[in-house]
Amino acid sequence: MGMGNNKPPIVEIAHLSKSYRRGSQTIPVLEDITFDIADGEFLALMGPSGSGKSTLLNLIAGIDKADRGTIRVGGVDITTLSDKELATWRSANVGFIFQFYNLMPVLTAFENVELPLLLTDLSRSERREHVELALQLVGLTDRVDHYPAQLSGGQQQRVAIARAVVSDPAILVADEPTGDLDRVSAGEILQLMDRLVREFDKTIIMVTHDPRAAEKARIIRHLEKGILTDIDGQPASPVAGS
Amino acid sequence: MAIPFSYSMRNLWTRRLTTVLTASGMALVVFVFAATLMLAEGLRKTLVETGSYDNVVVIRKSANSEVMSGVDRAQTSAIESQPEIARGSDGRLLLAKELVVLINIPKRESNKPANVVIRGISPASLLLRPQVRLTEGRMPRPGSAEVIAGTSIARRFKGGGLGETLRFGMRDWTVVGIFDAGTTGFSSEIWGDVDQLMQAFRRPVYSSVTFKLRDPAAFEQFKHRVESDPRLTVEAKRETRYYEDQSEAMAKFLRIMGITLTVIFSLGAVIGAMITMYAAVANRVVEIGTLRALGFQKMSILAAFVIESLLLGLLGGVVGLSGASFMQLITISTMNWQTFSELAFTFTLTLDILWKSLLFSVGMGFVGGVLPAFRAARMNIVEALRSS
Repeated sequence: MGMGNNKPPIVEIAHLSKSYRRGSQTIPVLEDITFDIADGEFLALMGPSGSGKSTLLNLIAGIDKADRGTIRVGGVDITTLSDKELATWRSANVGFIFQFYNLMPVLTAFENVELPLLLTDLSRSERREHVELALQLVGLTDRVDHYPAQLSGGQQQRVAIARAVVSDPAILVADEPTGDLDRVSAGEILQLMDRLVREFDKTIIMVTHDPRAAEKARIIRHLEKGILTDIDGQPASPVAGS
Repeated sequence: MAIPFSYSMRNLWTRRLTTVLTASGMALVVFVFAATLMLAEGLRKTLVETGSYDNVVVIRKSANSEVMSGVDRAQTSAIESQPEIARGSDGRLLLAKELVVLINIPKRESNKPANVVIRGISPASLLLRPQVRLTEGRMPRPGSAEVIAGTSIARRFKGGGLGETLRFGMRDWTVVGIFDAGTTGFSSEIWGDVDQLMQAFRRPVYSSVTFKLRDPAAFEQFKHRVESDPRLTVEAKRETRYYEDQSEAMAKFLRIMGITLTVIFSLGAVIGAMITMYAAVANRVVEIGTLRALGFQKMSILAAFVIESLLLGLLGGVVGLSGASFMQLITISTMNWQTFSELAFTFTLTLDILWKSLLFSVGMGFVGGVLPAFRAARMNIVEALRSS
């Protein structure tokens, strides 16, 4: 685990547990997870289906609620926030990258990227500036007025990445970002994510099945049956990346 | 800040077919809604415009209309002597003793007979009704079997045209003139010399006395005096009020029937809108989850879907209203049950009906959209995202 940087942690997770109810049964998904993610880290979460890696990602991103434990992101314990506060918190602090891009089909690339900025106080011209910058970053300045259906998978994912970074959030969460892409496009997306970490100091937490994707990450964590391990299959130490 | 308006707009455009079909359902309801209100309004307007505010109609007490009324010569003389009656420039009283009789004559198209009002007029009759203009021919000569016909009669009844002959009262009457009374009820009448017509119909009494007030405010004073005069068995009404009373029963019936019908129809349209909106929500579960993840509040999602449904309703309303506005080109003739005579009137679109119809359509959209919108707003983000 020595590849991490020496910056303070941006995500601190302590004794996190989560279970789902199916009928009368309670199925534990995460059990007493404790670990930190350093600022500017590129972390890959791996593990078999049902291991709870997406659940962990959702909890960190503030779209799911934990049963027990705390999640501090940038010093804020998000487990204590109400639904409304969480929504506001997400808009300012989290960028989402999904497996199937999740763009609004009726909005153009520009409008899709602009969406998160509608939740800010930016003026119309300021928003335009930010959107153009984000689209420039992902190399899609010539596709501004295209609708998602007019773009390839790789291009759509790049629009989604532009949308994730446009409001300059501290962390980016990516759930199988290359899962729906061919090898070449997947490579481009991973390179782009790598650049976001190296040049723009973003923290990326990525769930993936794809070993090639995981290779790009600086730290790989495995989840199995709700227990977090490091790459050697050993239970993780409380503070990772140190 | 809210989800952009264009998101709601373009989603409607994207599923054009469903949008058009759902909006058509609502358009039909709005059409019926607007059309019946227009019908009631047309009827009311036709009858109310027939009267003038400063004219007074005197009829026999408790006779609802001139047709049922009779005022004998002794009583008309007593009324003529009242001080409130205005005088014309020639010094004569602006007062008309008139006879109203119903006859039936066949229609041009169907040959079926229908009731028509024949009005025996005095020289002052035209002066009392400035909205009536002779457009063709001339006025009947006193003492001759001549009549003039309203434009609506001339067009729709056999023998009603200029130069044609009508047979009633056991005599033939020549139509020597056509008068235009706009959209008022007079357009559906035939006018002739009152003395000639009283002879022909063997009527010893007048039907009504109509006069112009010297001072429009003096009406109450006049009414009080004549109605408490023991020699007189009459009641006085302002002419506008007299004709409004005549339209009331029919207009009310039309309105109640129209509103009952549209309420029933609108249930269907609302359910249609609801199904459409539930389908729209179901098809966009992932989008909703994504918007929520990006930080849009539940209220924004709710608003976006309610707006979409309101737009759907508004579209239906605009289409239905524009359809209904074409109804203004149609003239309807129907039996006025209070006078038992044929009355021609048009569908009339007013600003009041316009906004009521639009409000109604938007209301349907709201009722249809609010439950699906709540479902969308309350969706669990993780489950919504997982359904991709």
